[in-house]
Amino acid sequence: MIARLRRYLPDGKWAVIAPPYFWMLLFFAVPFAIALKISFANIQIAMPPYTSLTEWVGDTLTVKVNVANYLFLLRDSLYFNAYLSSLKIAVIATFFCLLVGYPIAYAISRLPTASRNTALMLVVLPSWTSFLIRIYAWIGILKNNGLLNNFLIWLGVIDEPLQILHTPIAVYIGIVYAYLPFMILPLYTNLVKHDNRLLEAAYDLGCRPWQAFLKVTLPLSKAGIIAGSMLVMIPVVGEFVIPELMGGADTLMIGRVLWQEFFNNRDWPVASAVAIVMLILLIVPIMIFHHYQSKELEGRLT
Amino acid sequence: MSAAKTSWFTRSTLAFGFAFLYLPMLILVIYSFNENRLVTVWSGFSLKWYGELFRDKQMIAAAKISLEIAFLTACASVVLGTMAAMVMTRFRQFPGKSLFSALMTAPLVMPEVITGLSILLLFVAMGDTFGLFQERGVMTIWIAHVTFCVAFVTVVISSRLGELDKSLEEAAMDLGANRVKVFFLITLPIIAPALASGWLLAFTLSLDDLVISSFVSGPSSTTLPMKVFSSVRMGVSPKINALATLLIAIVSVAAFIGWWLMAREEKQRQRDMQLALQQGG
Repeated sequence: MIARLRRYLPDGKWAVIAPPYFWMLLFFAVPFAIALKISFANIQIAMPPYTSLTEWVGDTLTVKVNVANYLFLLRDSLYFNAYLSSLKIAVIATFFCLLVGYPIAYAISRLPTASRNTALMLVVLPSWTSFLIRIYAWIGILKNNGLLNNFLIWLGVIDEPLQILHTPIAVYIGIVYAYLPFMILPLYTNLVKHDNRLLEAAYDLGCRPWQAFLKVTLPLSKAGIIAGSMLVMIPVVGEFVIPELMGGADTLMIGRVLWQEFFNNRDWPVASAVAIVMLILLIVPIMIFHHYQSKELEGRLT
Repeated sequence: MSAAKTSWFTRSTLAFGFAFLYLPMLILVIYSFNENRLVTVWSGFSLKWYGELFRDKQMIAAAKISLEIAFLTACASVVLGTMAAMVMTRFRQFPGKSLFSALMTAPLVMPEVITGLSILLLFVAMGDTFGLFQERGVMTIWIAHVTFCVAFVTVVISSRLGELDKSLEEAAMDLGANRVKVFFLITLPIIAPALASGWLLAFTLSLDDLVISSFVSGPSSTTLPMKVFSSVRMGVSPKINALATLLIAIVSVAAFIGWWLMAREEKQRQRDMQLALQQGG
């Protein structure tokens, strides 16, 4: 009897599980439910600026689910275009990040063991300074009378400054620069575990270096590529700071739209609907990331 | 032959990679000593922008608020993150484990605008129903920062716990120590460096956050990134270069000390190993 009771009573390990579990449920999971609820409300001029979904009149409880915000997102092409262009920018930027990050991660994994950690620290170090300041650095370089244009004019390559800042190119440069460490770290963790004898075997069997790379190294690093790409792509879809500071007025990204709905239009229900749709779009990539992340942890456990 | 080729490739890739990562910051630092108001026109060495920076009362006040929040965030994230990491690496089964691990990985990639908006809506709803968080400010920013920092700290600490030799813990348990004692006497001292790097990571993440803070801050709690953002939006200013240089200097010194301590410890360990081998042989 006591043994059966004990099974239902919390034992010591719940003292360790409960605090982080409760914190993340309350401050990370519950907020999504509230955002979902408010996305079905109406805007009103009051504090808080949205109507309640439930209403007691006499003895009847009426629950009003207002889908107008979602219909609005569907009808106004601005939102559809913003989602589409955010996904496009995120995919292209992730590809460039991979293109720049893979050789660096590969080169670090080829270094002598003693210098690997130093090189890795040098990759991470810039992201320990401020994100905003790194974006600010590129604004100074790319703007019309900035360093790059001045340098090119001095060289005589161009006569008039090139418009780079406030174009999509500047947004791509900013994203690749800011998110590069997130691509390099998981790639390095994967590449450093490769068994060198596999490459030697490929060489012995007559593979050229690039063939060996394509046939051995690249397929083996698939998990690292997926983890790094997800770590870059998912947050970039909702990026606000880089398109706001480096993009033009016409650089449409959904993070920027959400920000404007919330801060400029003060339309909390539409902002919530924008967030919920973004979350639905990202749920599959997040699950893929979670799958690889937990596999990585379990791999370390055994 | 092939070894020489690889090393050439490695060297040039790293040279280009590090130039790409560090050149923009180097330029930022150089131009912070520029006398000219126009950031990109060099007209002589001067420290006047540093003076202007320290006379900017709003900037100093914002920096103080940010440092306070970052300190409190780092402490709370390390406590919760250590618990979460123990749960992830030591507890095999318990009801709701998959939800637990999802809650610990999703914040790593969740776009900040979604997290920021949702947690603000929670604060507003709690204010409406329970009268909590009526005043938004340092407290609400701290809660929001801890929520996303815990996930990063958990990754850092659980990767260290995963590498840890479990036989030490098992040996202590066999000798009659209970789990709590084993944790504080054996596990905690071994993972202390991971706790330190987790603390620093949470501190820098919190100090750097703009988007989430903007959603949950109140009228009297403008953080440093919010101040920098509004000033960068107005245009480039040499004062921001001076601020950036100070930040870069602090981070580099801290990183160098960390690297030096780690290198020293590694050398010591190798010396001990050699000594042990010699004595054994």
